Amino acid sequence: MKKCGRCSKSAVLHITELRHGEVQALHLCEACAKEYLSKSSTVNPDEMPPGVESEAEVAEDLDELDQRVCPSCGITFKEFRAQGRLGCPHDYIAFEDELLPLLENIHGETEHCGKIPKRAPDSSQQQFRLIKLRSELRSAVDEERYEDAARIRDEIKHVETRPPGAELPPESS
Amino acid sequence: MDIESLTHTSGEWLRATGPESDIVMSSRIRLARNLAQFPFPNRADDTVRSEVEEILHTQIERLNTGRQLSYIPVSNLEQLDRQMLVERQLISREHSENRGRRGVGISEEENVSLMVNEEDHLRMQVLHSGFALDECWAEIDRIDDAIEAELTYAFSERLGYLTACPTNCGTGIRVSVLLHLPALVITKEIQKVFQALQKIGLAVRGLYGEGSQAMGDFYQISNQVTLGKSEQQLIKTIQDVVPNILSYERRVRNALVKENRRGLHDQVSRAYGILRNAQTISSEETMHLLSSVRMGINLGLIDDLEIPTVNELFIHTQPAHLQKIRHEKLESAERNVARAAYIRQRLAGRPPEQN
Repeated sequence: MKKCGRCSKSAVLHITELRHGEVQALHLCEACAKEYLSKSSTVNPDEMPPGVESEAEVAEDLDELDQRVCPSCGITFKEFRAQGRLGCPHDYIAFEDELLPLLENIHGETEHCGKIPKRAPDSSQQQFRLIKLRSELRSAVDEERYEDAARIRDEIKHVETRPPGAELPPESS
Repeated sequence: MDIESLTHTSGEWLRATGPESDIVMSSRIRLARNLAQFPFPNRADDTVRSEVEEILHTQIERLNTGRQLSYIPVSNLEQLDRQMLVERQLISREHSENRGRRGVGISEEENVSLMVNEEDHLRMQVLHSGFALDECWAEIDRIDDAIEAELTYAFSERLGYLTACPTNCGTGIRVSVLLHLPALVITKEIQKVFQALQKIGLAVRGLYGEGSQAMGDFYQISNQVTLGKSEQQLIKTIQDVVPNILSYERRVRNALVKENRRGLHDQVSRAYGILRNAQTISSEETMHLLSSVRMGINLGLIDDLEIPTVNELFIHTQPAHLQKIRHEKLESAERNVARAAYIRQRLAGRPPEQN
């Protein structure tokens, strides 16, 4: 099923518009379709000066959203939408605003109330930091930046051996 | 565990020893887990996949939860061997077809399977014969605890266990029962069951889960939602609904017998007759006839055949199994001949012939 062009819900309305002789296809979920239809009935797009077309703005917003990148694994929101698979645990934070409505749509809930690991996640920050550092380490090695690689390796060791509850070392970049 | 030896054995869950196993073939619970510090498998390069595989492989070999586990490096297997593990429900199709380093830890009884680098880093599954979800949960919970004591899972307090696909996050649990419902299929009442299940948020799938066809009147019923409800709640939803389906199926079976005992007896006897005598038979026809025979045994219309033999035939007559039994690659037409021969031998009570 096609996804809504404006949010992550499933599209239920498929609109084809002829504008300035060009065909445009839009796929929208119920809520976005309502909003779209109410807007387009009040504004006649032909009377709008070029450059301020609401649709162009929407497309831009969408582009911006799609281009959002997870700093940890490098996946873009667009890639996730295409594959339906996230790249790493940190995506749930990086794309939180987009994922929460999606999760609510799928599960009807957005709060976990099941099993909790006995080894409580003493700091998810630490986990995500490690993912990022390891991927940095790989690219440093690949690009033969050995000094950087050595520094990152030390940092990984530092984060890994950090005693529970201790502050994270400042992030160097 | 030796892949070759699998053709002579079958999983404990096929032995029809569990409660209600005339209709409930098996109960299964799976959990999806990921290691916190690595990207999910689809986003991981070969180095990361190997690293994850090594960590989990070591962990699985060290596990001490009462069952001896053998680790099979799935990525080193040939396509036919992987296909056989899929047919036995020990790995998923996705796991078989995925790329990169991956493996599976399997218990000797085939009740436990721990897949490494499937869609998630770790997909654990426990299978039991009959309607036995509490046993499945007790065992998988124990395994999960044992692994979790050593490794840090990706977990968020708000969203629970974090998974590659948002449809699995939260508990990461899939609770399912595999039901044999021939009478509801014959009378087309099965549609009503589907509708009722969909209304309470349960999914109905075929023998091999997502996207698979219903074969041999087998239907898998499972939860769809994984977030916002506890494991116990999700298990209970299935536990509450299954007895209703069982009594529905039994009621319809009894009605069929009452209405036309001779006709039904004739139908299952003919199915049995074809299976014992056919010289070539497709997989589809085999499933269909086995289903009839299975119901016939449960209704007392066939008395010289055991349910576990029939259960085993559902698995052992599939393409990869046949080719492994014969030790050769077989085209579809050749498989149909080999299948018929294998079934004739098994139904005559002889051990399968070795080539």
